[in-house]
Amino acid sequence: MSACDACLRRTALIGALAPHVERARREQRHLRELLALADEDLLAAIGGQRRAELQRAQAAFEPCVARQELERASLYAVCRHADGYPARLLEAADAPAVLHVAGDPGRLTALAHPGAAAVAIVGARRAGADGLEVARGLGRGLAAAGVTVVSGMALGIDSAAHVGALEVGGPTLTVLAGGADVPYPPSKRNLYRSLVASQAAISEMPPGMRPWRWAFPARNRTIAGLASLTIVVEATERSGSLITAELAGQLGRSVGAVPGPVSAPRCAGTNALLRDGALVIRDAQDALDEALGIGVATALTGRRASELESPLRTLLCAVENGRDTVAALASTPAEASSALAGLAELELLGFLRRGPGGRYTRLL
Amino acid sequence: MLFGHAGVHSVAAVLARVTTFTIDGLASRRIAVEVDLRRGLPAFTIVGRGDAAVRESRERVHAALLNSGFAFPQRRVTVNLAPAHLPKVGPGFDLATACGVLAASEQLPVEQLERWAVFGELSLSGELRHCRGALAVAEGARRAGLAGLLVPRECAREAALVADLLIAGAGSLREVAAILSGAPPPALPEPALLPAAAELGAAEELDLADVRGHPGAIRAVTIAAAGGHNLLLSGPPGIGKTMLARRLPSVLPALSRDEAIEVTRIHSIAGMRAGGGLIEQRPLRAPHHTISPPGLVGGGSLPAPGEASLAHRGVLFLDELSEFSRAALEALRQPLEDGHVAIIRGQRRVVFPTVFQLVASTNPCPCGFAGSDRCRCAPSEIARHRRKLSGPLLDRLDLLVDMQRPQAGALQCDAATSSAEVRAAVGEARERQAARLAGSRVLTNARLSSRLLREHVCADAAAHATLAHSYADGQLSARGHDRVLRVARTIADLAGSRRVSAAHVREALGLRQDDAVRQAEQAA
Repeated sequence: MSACDACLRRTALIGALAPHVERARREQRHLRELLALADEDLLAAIGGQRRAELQRAQAAFEPCVARQELERASLYAVCRHADGYPARLLEAADAPAVLHVAGDPGRLTALAHPGAAAVAIVGARRAGADGLEVARGLGRGLAAAGVTVVSGMALGIDSAAHVGALEVGGPTLTVLAGGADVPYPPSKRNLYRSLVASQAAISEMPPGMRPWRWAFPARNRTIAGLASLTIVVEATERSGSLITAELAGQLGRSVGAVPGPVSAPRCAGTNALLRDGALVIRDAQDALDEALGIGVATALTGRRASELESPLRTLLCAVENGRDTVAALASTPAEASSALAGLAELELLGFLRRGPGGRYTRLL
Repeated sequence: MLFGHAGVHSVAAVLARVTTFTIDGLASRRIAVEVDLRRGLPAFTIVGRGDAAVRESRERVHAALLNSGFAFPQRRVTVNLAPAHLPKVGPGFDLATACGVLAASEQLPVEQLERWAVFGELSLSGELRHCRGALAVAEGARRAGLAGLLVPRECAREAALVADLLIAGAGSLREVAAILSGAPPPALPEPALLPAAAELGAAEELDLADVRGHPGAIRAVTIAAAGGHNLLLSGPPGIGKTMLARRLPSVLPALSRDEAIEVTRIHSIAGMRAGGGLIEQRPLRAPHHTISPPGLVGGGSLPAPGEASLAHRGVLFLDELSEFSRAALEALRQPLEDGHVAIIRGQRRVVFPTVFQLVASTNPCPCGFAGSDRCRCAPSEIARHRRKLSGPLLDRLDLLVDMQRPQAGALQCDAATSSAEVRAAVGEARERQAARLAGSRVLTNARLSSRLLREHVCADAAAHATLAHSYADGQLSARGHDRVLRVARTIADLAGSRRVSAAHVREALGLRQDDAVRQAEQAA
């Protein structure tokens, strides 16, 4: 795996033009059309007054300096002409010239084969407790079956999917909007650290670059392009995750959504996707059936309620049916006492988790 | 002959000496009021480190004497409050000064004044007014071996709580003069006795039965009361957190007589009561979150007890814990750990007791609806809210109760738990603790140190295994481990079980507060 001089120069150009792209986006220019342009045309289109200056910089570009810089940032680079570049990504005209990798480059090169299994899981940053749990369960179930979980490390659903995949040791790949060595959002530094330690973070942006606004939709096209199936777990009607789903649709990839209550605004976007024909994804098994073919892999399931003795099983059923607080499970202090003990036991057995506000969530 | 002979003595003798007391922290110190009369231009001076109330005492004493039909001596009157190094506070010296002036001017015999202490404020008309700290003064008078104490009538019941001391309650300076002239003191008001426990229950207005639809929270309050554990109530606004906290005193065991006297002494010195005898109810203090650190733990140039001491032997309720200033919460740490607070001002050191049970309430997130669909807070906002809560104080809160909106129908439900029921169970659990802990200085499970806990917890293998599992899962921190064990010990005591079983540990785990902190760390 390596990157050719032309692709490295392209990356440098994208870095230098980042503010120009930002401005062009404000002027309603189409991002993917811009990114599909060749170097000269791109400069001509948005270079503006600094065109000549940028042109000179392009001409004076030193690939070995760029390579040294990558080495200093401990990043690997794979360009679209190299062997390790994900085959599925090449289908798009605006595919990133270079992918920079922080962490294990094997996680990226594993996708070099056109049939490599990768599923993107995206969704709301402000997600509900059950949405987060579904995303975590999907991440865990898919990763355990060897399917690469692709997401963007954003707050909420994205991070939950990564966490789920990390729980079973991967594989998972995070696509960042800034440089691959820049954890964003900063509050997810710890997640970034564990991802880089055993998995990988990738980005098309040059090292050290901060995430520009336009870089997020650009990042989304990479997520959609890498995966054969994109699953939206929770999204409001105007969510950015719907853009990822749309991009996946344009590439001819499958789009799935997790159904939510029709009355909940936080699930309005996913429910609309389902109405428009997206696949219904209830759990990791549904996702595996779609990504690998029906019956090819069996999802690792959480522990089954049937293993339990009667009082605990009844309690678990009650929680599953929405009686998820002590107040809903007991009407006297004595009942509350045994409910508390039972819930704690189910928590220790790995069936439940206590969330904010004292609500218990069923672990998948 | 009272007057010294001017020709023989170049310095006039002290003409009258009266004993009274000043409040110093929670104790009283004996003060001798010396009155000297001599020839010269009429003047009235008080020396001896008095505060403003003492300086103004001159005008009150002067007017009270004249309005009570006595004569004010037309001489140079000098009053000295000894010992001189002790600062004197408050209007309690009025009566002693007046008696001294009367005795020095031969309007009052001195014999009785040697056996009695006097304490009280005078009005201009010569009536006696209620004064703070009568109980502490009476205790001081008994310690000093005096025969009796003369106090304003309103304070008599309080002062009479001290045994082996003659208490006379007087309404006016005239009455005082009569008593000190040998008239029989008026009948003593009946000293307030501890009523039986049943009467105590009947007298209470706040009952746990008023709280409906929160069985988990009532269970937690029972455990908190039984083991003396500090409690954190978390839930959306208007859910009944305050209602529940205010009912905690009603399920606590009744105050013992010694405890009741401690409480009465503090409240009397803080001027929190208008007359009356013993305080029999455990106090509940609910300071507003704008309170300053000295307001909370005590302070002032002449140290006065703060809310933490006023809640001594009772409950301190901090509503909206995250709104309190960090400084105030930090200040609460030592009182919580040690059960007392030492206030040092210059060369004075005053110790106030602060053995209280802490109940705090908080919203789980800025909007209060965390975990439900109504919550509109960003994860970062929730994390910030939680961070404000975290810190040393959270470590001292053994129990976390998440309260939710009661289920429909629960509010009409007939099944309610009364305070009397819970108090009985709490009493039994406390007796079991006291029996087990006999010989150590600790009375409740909440105050067990790590070492004592290991010695007394008496948990079976399954209980330890459950706890170890939870610890390994990362649900518990090392401190949380001990907290859960303490709570489990109390749950076993409530159940009348000698050994702590796995079920007891599991219920304690259900009430742990650790993962609130962990979630904050994750969200950050």
